[in-house]
Amino acid sequence: MIHVSATPVLALRGVSKRFGAVQALTDVHLEIHAGEVVALVGDNGAGKSTLVKTISGVHPIDDGVIEWEGRPVRVNRPHDAQDLGVATVYQDLALCDNLDVVANLFLGNELRHGSVLDEIAMEKRAKELLDTLSIRIPSVRIPVAALSGGQRQVVAIARALVGDPKVVILDEPTAALGVEQTAQVLDLVERLRERGHAVILISHNMADVQAVADRVAVLRLGRNNGVFNVSDTSHEVIIAAITGATDNAVTRRKARITTDSTVTKGDAK
Amino acid sequence: MSDLAKNSGTDLKKDAATTGTTDAAATTGTTDAPEAVAATKAPVDTGAAPVPAVDPRLLVRQEGLKGYWTEFKRKIRGGELGSLPVIVGLIIIAVVFQAQNDKFLSASSLTNIAVFTSGLGIMAVGIVFVLLLGEIDLSVGSVAGMGAAVWAVLNVSNGWGDWTSVLVAILCGLVIGALHGFFFAKIGVPAFVVTLAGFLGWSGLQIWLMGNEGSINAPTGGVVENLTGYFFEDKAAAYGLAVVAILAYAGSLLLDTKRRKAAALPARPLSEILLRTGVVAVLVLAAAYVLNELEGSRGLPLALVLFLAVLVIADFVARRTTFGRQVFAVGGNAEAARRAGISVDRIRITVFAISGMLAAFGGLFIASLSGGATKNLGSGNTLMLVIAAAVIGGTSLFGGRGKVWSALLGMLVLQSIQQGLNLLGMASEIQFMITGAVLLAAVVIDSVSRRTQKTAGRA
Repeated sequence: MIHVSATPVLALRGVSKRFGAVQALTDVHLEIHAGEVVALVGDNGAGKSTLVKTISGVHPIDDGVIEWEGRPVRVNRPHDAQDLGVATVYQDLALCDNLDVVANLFLGNELRHGSVLDEIAMEKRAKELLDTLSIRIPSVRIPVAALSGGQRQVVAIARALVGDPKVVILDEPTAALGVEQTAQVLDLVERLRERGHAVILISHNMADVQAVADRVAVLRLGRNNGVFNVSDTSHEVIIAAITGATDNAVTRRKARITTDSTVTKGDAK
Repeated sequence: MSDLAKNSGTDLKKDAATTGTTDAAATTGTTDAPEAVAATKAPVDTGAAPVPAVDPRLLVRQEGLKGYWTEFKRKIRGGELGSLPVIVGLIIIAVVFQAQNDKFLSASSLTNIAVFTSGLGIMAVGIVFVLLLGEIDLSVGSVAGMGAAVWAVLNVSNGWGDWTSVLVAILCGLVIGALHGFFFAKIGVPAFVVTLAGFLGWSGLQIWLMGNEGSINAPTGGVVENLTGYFFEDKAAAYGLAVVAILAYAGSLLLDTKRRKAAALPARPLSEILLRTGVVAVLVLAAAYVLNELEGSRGLPLALVLFLAVLVIADFVARRTTFGRQVFAVGGNAEAARRAGISVDRIRITVFAISGMLAAFGGLFIASLSGGATKNLGSGNTLMLVIAAAVIGGTSLFGGRGKVWSALLGMLVLQSIQQGLNLLGMASEIQFMITGAVLLAAVVIDSVSRRTQKTAGRA
């Protein structure tokens, strides 16, 4: 496990969030250090996306404290999170279809002289950024509407890196991607860690999680359900934490398959 | 490069063949075949490696005018019509009406079109901003009438100064628009309903302000009368403005190209700059010639200068400033804009304030044209004409797509038709029907081109 600094960049302490009658998050704790990839896993409706939205300021928290580099901060608006250095890639990408790639990359973060846009500097930086990430798109000046799903995903990830953030949150970044693009995104996640960013990775794909994450934080029904080091934790333990029991469809199937195979072996003998 | 690859490929094949024959005694020949294939493939792969970030399927525009022409044809086929239908429409209108009545392209008729276009056109600029947000402002007509009433009551009935009362009238429009924006953005009432309430309410306030007077005449020689009554009779004015416009246009293109080249980005070729400047120069100089030289011409109307100034400023704001970018972003995907840290409420309130301000400003033009403020100024089809102009000019009703210049193009179409039908002595009911048909045609073209764009993967 990599621990660059003792104080976490970002820490959530006892965070709760309600939507009307639904208690989406209850007393959630989470710590992320610089140069570390933390995977956030959990079943559908476990509160992963809500947790991410509280960190990025889309939904202000009801209770608890968000600490940034050791001191408590208030994150009430997306701008607050951006100012701190949190960049989020949402599951629904949150791109403006009518704007071109450059405009989307710098949206809310435009390079400008006074209040006049510096299109040339933006286009140049956009090209450099896309080149360093080996992202292939037809042109940086076509509207995002004209891009394929995978291309939109990489544009959305590239956009998170424009402001050189300290914490990057990726909400299911590989869900819509092909084999090669998935590998590229995972490479990208590792490159972010090497550059000292803290990364929160939400994923349903255990292979991705085990490939790049240092720690796995499990949410279940809006509560913490364990934090594990990836290096010394088995797949099954994490899945048990996600589903909330050792007796579930996955373990039953696993047990059945092993018994089946011993039975067939026995038959063969 | 392909030659090189071929040569090395054949060389490698030869090598493989020779090794194959020498080893043939020891091993079977078939094991060498995959190796040979791999060897011939290798140089091609390394050749493609140095240019990683370019999509090989990309259609690159060729340099020069020919490339420009093929790009243009591709865009038309892909449904990206831009302003083309409107320009074609304007030409058809000019030809048809000139054939019916040879006074249509006379100086007085064209000057009339220019002056009548200005006031409603300024209001249409405000509507373009609202449409870019994907919203609608139904109150512009009433706000225009209200602005004119405020000006008339202050200036004529209460004896305030010319400039103060004009300024207060425009400020009133701004505040009214901001109020609409507040109810829409902060309270969450649909813009349609807020501005519908404004449509009724402000026209009521307008009538109440006017009191017992049916109409208040604009004082002769006052600021408001001059808005549409003043002409720069000196020929230098129109030509000078034309030359300044051409130089500024060419200068901005050249500066942009120079900076892009310095940044090693793809830039416009010189031929394209010359072509664009040429087209603009012909149009602008022709307009200046018509206003100056034709028989019965009165020079450059102040109204047109003001309208053009509003257009240029608004276009700059929309395309080159952070605010404009944020308006497009909110119109395209409000949630994405919000998450990007844009204050969506602030943008919405500001846009409605701009719409209200320009509506009141346009109202002063209408008052100037009709000789003063009246109780029913801005009622009737003012609202419909203004919205129709923005849509005919090519601004989408669904938000995020459009140009400020569509206010000029659309209003030119509508006023040309009106002027032509007036010359032919057509009754106003026929004018309504024809204007309605033109609006429908514009929206049909917009919808069809959008569908073509979707199939061409551009929307």
